[in-house]
Amino acid sequence: MTSILNILGERFGAAILDTVEFRGEQTVIVEQARAKEIINYCRDELGFDYLIDVSSLDHFGVEPRWEMVYELYALGNGARHHLRLKYKLPEDTKADSVSDIWPTAAWHEREIYDMMGIEFNGLADHRRILMWEGYPYFPLRKDFPLAGRPSEMPDVAFTDRAPLEGGPFVTSPTSASTVHREPRSREMD
Amino acid sequence: MPETIEQHAAYDSKIEGNIIFTKADAAINWMRKNSLWPMPMGLACCAIELMGSASSRFDIARFGAEVMRFSPRQSDVMIVAGTVTYKMALAVKRVWDQMPEPKWCIAMGACASSGGMYRSYAVLQGIDHLIPVDVYISGCPPRPEAVLEGLMRLQDKISKEESAVAHFQTEKAV
Repeated sequence: MTSILNILGERFGAAILDTVEFRGEQTVIVEQARAKEIINYCRDELGFDYLIDVSSLDHFGVEPRWEMVYELYALGNGARHHLRLKYKLPEDTKADSVSDIWPTAAWHEREIYDMMGIEFNGLADHRRILMWEGYPYFPLRKDFPLAGRPSEMPDVAFTDRAPLEGGPFVTSPTSASTVHREPRSREMD
Repeated sequence: MPETIEQHAAYDSKIEGNIIFTKADAAINWMRKNSLWPMPMGLACCAIELMGSASSRFDIARFGAEVMRFSPRQSDVMIVAGTVTYKMALAVKRVWDQMPEPKWCIAMGACASSGGMYRSYAVLQGIDHLIPVDVYISGCPPRPEAVLEGLMRLQDKISKEESAVAHFQTEKAV
């Protein structure tokens, strides 16, 4: 049986940086420059007609900072294949919008822009989707404090810092004691 | 004419049968507290329990508050039921400002009272940052019984207000 990962590897060669198969889950890590072409091929030739989700990761402190994740699914041919496609991109570049391939991507990409601040080439409606237009921050970035930052937009909305004393537990990956690993709260500013 | 009535010669049953002597405050407060028209500011899951309080099993009509008005101009008490995000906050405030005096506010549930479990960049940490709250109802979400208890607490509070005094003081000020 030829797997999707093999097909992609043969077709795109060096543009496929890595493939991971774990308990039936197939993930392909591709080169940013050819990502759109590969995604297009997945839809047109491999039958991935359904885009489940688009999300993004913030590898704060590591270059390249952003990573895009596309969850593709093949419904139409009855094969029920799931493919995860990832690529990394540096902070000062824009990602390519896939909203021309799957219209549903437009809202996912607006959410990514709203929360992470990654911008997209070819996204027709490049507005925030959850926060209001004019909110100055991107709240899911790693360098944004959990408590939020004060902001003010007269007659639209304001924000303030939330008190975190005794608040939600913030864990950090460290081998230090529990006191350091799971502080009552952590200030990030 | 029977003896008993002559004993109360000053009592004119034709008129006084329909007259009650009371204090203005007591009468006004009694009318206000038994006909509280809520403005249901349903913003999250608390609104579902608020609907439950209004429905037949719990029946908020027993306390005179069944007339849920979706128009702020006709409401007396705003029940803030749910998570107030910063995006919604000024809209809630605006609806509150549109309600005519006298008006009261019930913060229903943890989120409306304090932000609840949302210690986050997006959620107002209690509607009392924007609106004076009369009654806070704990719970996540509160049971309809708790909503009714909160409403009864508000009724108690209203019955102790100096409504007439406040009215005449405003008159004097004008």
